[in-house]
Amino acid sequence: MNIVIIDYGMGNLKNVQNAFNYLGFDAKITGDYGDIGHASHLILPGVGGFKDAMLTLKQKGLVEPIKAAISGGKHFLGICLGMQLLFETSEEFGQSEGLAVLKGKVVKFNEDNTPLIPHIGWNDIEILKQASEFNGIKNNAFFYFLHSYYCVPDEDITVATCSYYERFAACVKKNNIFACQFHPEKSHIGGLTLLKNFINN
Amino acid sequence: MLAKRIIPCLDIKNNEVVKGIHFEGLRGAGDPLELAKRYNDELADELMFLDITASHEKRKTILELVKKISENIFIPFSVGGGVSDLEDIRNLLNSGADKVSINTAAVLNPGLIDSAAKKFGSSTIVIAIDAKKLGEGYIVFTHGGRNNSGIDAINWAKEVYNRGAGEILLTSMDRDGTKNGYEINLTSLVVRSVKIPVIASGGARNAEDMEEVFVKTGVSAALAASIFHYEETGIIPIKRYLKSKGINVRL
Repeated sequence: MNIVIIDYGMGNLKNVQNAFNYLGFDAKITGDYGDIGHASHLILPGVGGFKDAMLTLKQKGLVEPIKAAISGGKHFLGICLGMQLLFETSEEFGQSEGLAVLKGKVVKFNEDNTPLIPHIGWNDIEILKQASEFNGIKNNAFFYFLHSYYCVPDEDITVATCSYYERFAACVKKNNIFACQFHPEKSHIGGLTLLKNFINN
Repeated sequence: MLAKRIIPCLDIKNNEVVKGIHFEGLRGAGDPLELAKRYNDELADELMFLDITASHEKRKTILELVKKISENIFIPFSVGGGVSDLEDIRNLLNSGADKVSINTAAVLNPGLIDSAAKKFGSSTIVIAIDAKKLGEGYIVFTHGGRNNSGIDAINWAKEVYNRGAGEILLTSMDRDGTKNGYEINLTSLVVRSVKIPVIASGGARNAEDMEEVFVKTGVSAALAASIFHYEETGIIPIKRYLKSKGINVRL
């Protein structure tokens, strides 16, 4: 097993590593595409802007290695911005292109219907399809969210939803890809269980 | 549905918790790491650290402590106290804090809010406001409540929101430490003035006080320090009570 957290300078990667270490797994934080090629499990975390993140991935030469790793069947986990980047486009700051390994787009919460943006805090998820990542996690379990944008998949890949004035995709799963809008590394027991399931699958 | 948050706060001085701790069976009662782990296990929704260490030199040790705690708790973790510039913020975030709270430095240099929000993202920047009722209005105090800034608290809340703060930690100095309940009027006024989450602080005595502040003000979170230090007002019993009153909490 070789767990790699992809470092592209966005957000607090250390806390994702802390969670894996706590679970007894070694996880390497690296932006080296050789390491990405050798990984068995890849995690793409991230906090911040979609456009900046894509720009950084391109500058660091990470777009192709990530796509190759996904098409090569490596276990892949996208967290928060790391989930959004998997889609085709985001409406953040005009239109931005994503990694496009999943079909769909990223949109902002509607400011007219939503009193407070970002969506910050603990919210419960509704599990639509029982994915192995949810083993030991009850329906309506709470996870920690922190985001202003959410993913709208064009395929039937949503395995859990969450409601914040509108219902949105909390988790998607397609083949070797699992992605969540919440932060499992900050979601206490439920989040740790999900990370453990991701590795053990 | 988004849950209302309960946030325990630890006042830290020279790496020790300074408010009275009366947990049964807790080794090293003043040890911040032990307390942080305990709150993590007791379903705290977030943890707030307030570093009240005076000297600059000793403040460096707080970074080691932040690092150690972030390796052991898996809930959001905010750190504040004496944060004066972008360098302080970066150091705390790099040590494992998820959010940094700024108080006096933001009043002295409001542009710090803009630059911090731009550099680290609004969601990492909490502005702490210490407010006291003077005459008909509420005034912002700085330097741990010692200095009257002369600034209207409601106007200041609007300004920090407009400058990109991600959350407001609002402490009523009139209620802090009194156990007379949260300052409902002040909290309502601030909640209605901004479109970011507000954390109520100061005066909590029990679960009923938390119920009141959630029901009457629409605040996103309630913070308290010393009441969680007693077994009988643990976080889980408080959450059970709130849930029984129809308030959505994580249990």
